[in-house]
Amino acid sequence: MSTAIESLVNREYQYGFVTEVEADTIPRGLNEDVVRAIAAKKDEPEWMVEWRLKAYRRWLTMTEPHWPNVTYGPIDYQDMIYYSAPKSVKPLASLDEVDPELLRTYEKLGISLTEQKFLAGVAVDAIFDSVSVGTTFKEELGKQGIIFCSFGEAIQSHPDLVQKYLGTVVPHSDNFFAALNAAVFSDGSFCYVPKGVKCPMELSTYFRINAADTGQFERTLIVAEEGSSVSYLEGCTAPKRSGNQLHAAVVELVALDNASIKYSTVQNWYAGDAEGVGGIYNFVTKRGKCVGVNSKISWTQVETGSAITWKYPSVILQGDNSTGEFYSVAVVNNRQQADTGTKMIHIGKNTKSTIISKGISAGRGNNSYRGQVKVMPRATGARNYTQCDSMLIGNECGAHTFPYIEVQNDSAMVEHEASTSKIGEDQIFYCKQRGLNAEHAISIIVSGFCKEVFQNLPMEFAVEAQQLLGISLEGSVG
Amino acid sequence: MLEIKGLRANIGENEILKGIDLTVNKGEIHAVMGPNGSGKSTLAQVIAGHPAYEVTAGSVTYDGQDLLDMEPEERAQAGIFLAFQYPVEIPGVTNAYFLRSAYNAVRKARGEEEVDPLEFLDVMEEKMKLVDMDPSMLNRSVNAGFSGGEKKRNEIVQLAVLNPRLAILDETDSGLDIDALRIVADGVNKLRTPEKSAIVVTHYQRLLNYIVPDFVHVLAGGRIVKSGGKELALELEEHGYDWIQNEQSAAGAGSRA
Repeated sequence: MSTAIESLVNREYQYGFVTEVEADTIPRGLNEDVVRAIAAKKDEPEWMVEWRLKAYRRWLTMTEPHWPNVTYGPIDYQDMIYYSAPKSVKPLASLDEVDPELLRTYEKLGISLTEQKFLAGVAVDAIFDSVSVGTTFKEELGKQGIIFCSFGEAIQSHPDLVQKYLGTVVPHSDNFFAALNAAVFSDGSFCYVPKGVKCPMELSTYFRINAADTGQFERTLIVAEEGSSVSYLEGCTAPKRSGNQLHAAVVELVALDNASIKYSTVQNWYAGDAEGVGGIYNFVTKRGKCVGVNSKISWTQVETGSAITWKYPSVILQGDNSTGEFYSVAVVNNRQQADTGTKMIHIGKNTKSTIISKGISAGRGNNSYRGQVKVMPRATGARNYTQCDSMLIGNECGAHTFPYIEVQNDSAMVEHEASTSKIGEDQIFYCKQRGLNAEHAISIIVSGFCKEVFQNLPMEFAVEAQQLLGISLEGSVG
Repeated sequence: MLEIKGLRANIGENEILKGIDLTVNKGEIHAVMGPNGSGKSTLAQVIAGHPAYEVTAGSVTYDGQDLLDMEPEERAQAGIFLAFQYPVEIPGVTNAYFLRSAYNAVRKARGEEEVDPLEFLDVMEEKMKLVDMDPSMLNRSVNAGFSGGEKKRNEIVQLAVLNPRLAILDETDSGLDIDALRIVADGVNKLRTPEKSAIVVTHYQRLLNYIVPDFVHVLAGGRIVKSGGKELALELEEHGYDWIQNEQSAAGAGSRA
């Protein structure tokens, strides 16, 4: 292999710093007392505690799934901390009361929680380890009846809504990691957009893992009432640590008649070092349900971080004429592994789904697309289009595609296209001959490859994602 | 401007260039001709710094700098441009974006201000006229789905935008019909100034009817076997490459005697 494809690796992970804050931590290990203790920390009502315990008991009967195309050592669930919160986080009257050390952390991450400084048009909920640090623009959103707050606050202030929708898309018993999450989840974001309201700004949650040996189990629930629409973004980072940390989140989206939800993720958890030491295990369950007619749920994800990524943001197309979309860029470099894709379950008539997946493998990374398209007997006129492209950088990486197609209605149209390409020496040389250095060349070639996905990201995010991609791949080509 | 001495280069185990000497001065156009496999394109690629070729001996200096010690992008930034024989496709990246990135990289290296997309549009408009290129091509992906002729014209647009001091045209005429050839050649001629030089690599003489060289060199078996003025190209056209090769082997036989 040529030197050009060998020598361009690893800029330092720039979000790898640790914030020194005093933490309130529950001792290692997991049992019913720990579950109760988490609930007690959050002063939760009895129904919530019961739901957690039900999930915990169910989890005990389940086994960790090993069908994904990834390898890792055993996870000791008793050697993990399930709750860690900065001590300074108490219920706050306003953002002015947030610990300046935490504010500085978010500033460093490029997220300003000081509203006047913040990019107009984006409201942020900042989650630090197990708790929400603060949510911006709450008041302004409140004027339109939009609820955007931490999950913990939603349980207190909007228990009826939480009870009505919690677990309706991802049941507590859904899978091993979802059950674990249901038992021990500590915070997350809650968003409710009332009937007919178009959310005037992007909503966003920024997840930060800080404490060592701590799992992050957040839960996000977004409900879009009839005729409403909302666009939601999430970003994630973590310090560099030599141990692996588990992130097992659950996201549930509910779209009622004529509602639309757009959910975008830029995932940049610490990926481990070049030899694969450390990094986040990102085992996440994300699912949306198009409950109503003409509803639409669109997932866009740019997955560049984590040692292992294991997630399938999916859409259940229950309402007639509903639409599901999945746009994904997954990048693995060094020893990273990703097994990601989507499930589109067509139940209603004339339901449509689009899947565009771009996998980029570099270094010794291993990338798998796993996708399921299922057309149920009632789903007359269902249509799916899947395009699945893989790009290889170098000779030691892997790309795999596992499509599952199950059609039970004769009128359905399902298309699947796949391609694999290699960033060629010639493409890079061509760019270099035009005056661009290797990093710039790769970032241009890769962003061209990912164009159809980036087009679906909100503006500011698209720029960030593109830069991130350049950084993740640095060192993959020389 | 460019001085090549005793240049030898391999690809893998095969030695392609076996001792090339060539001097290109400011304002000169040199044609490099030769049969297939003679090393013409290799010479072009080695000057541009293609990593697949290993230089085993000799030197190349450009404005007094050791060119072989420079990265391909440094050579480009220093004003060397290679119009590729087979322009590379970059799907999903628009010509406008690609060209502006290149333009800005070169400007930056020269200590000049980078331009924004709007300013760049003005630069482009003018340059595209040079080769009669449709403005819609700016929004198409770099070379993706282009016809052979469009790709070659696109190379000349890039040449015009990047405004190099030494342009190397590698078989720019191959795959062009006569009209396209004239358009491309006209474009190149319009860019000609007494300050700029070019190396025109070609198999056929016909391009040289339009881009008239000051010198013609014939490459065979990795060496320059004959050099002359523009009339040499015509002789080649008439007698074919065998003529040179026969002359060579005759000379070789003579010297051994």
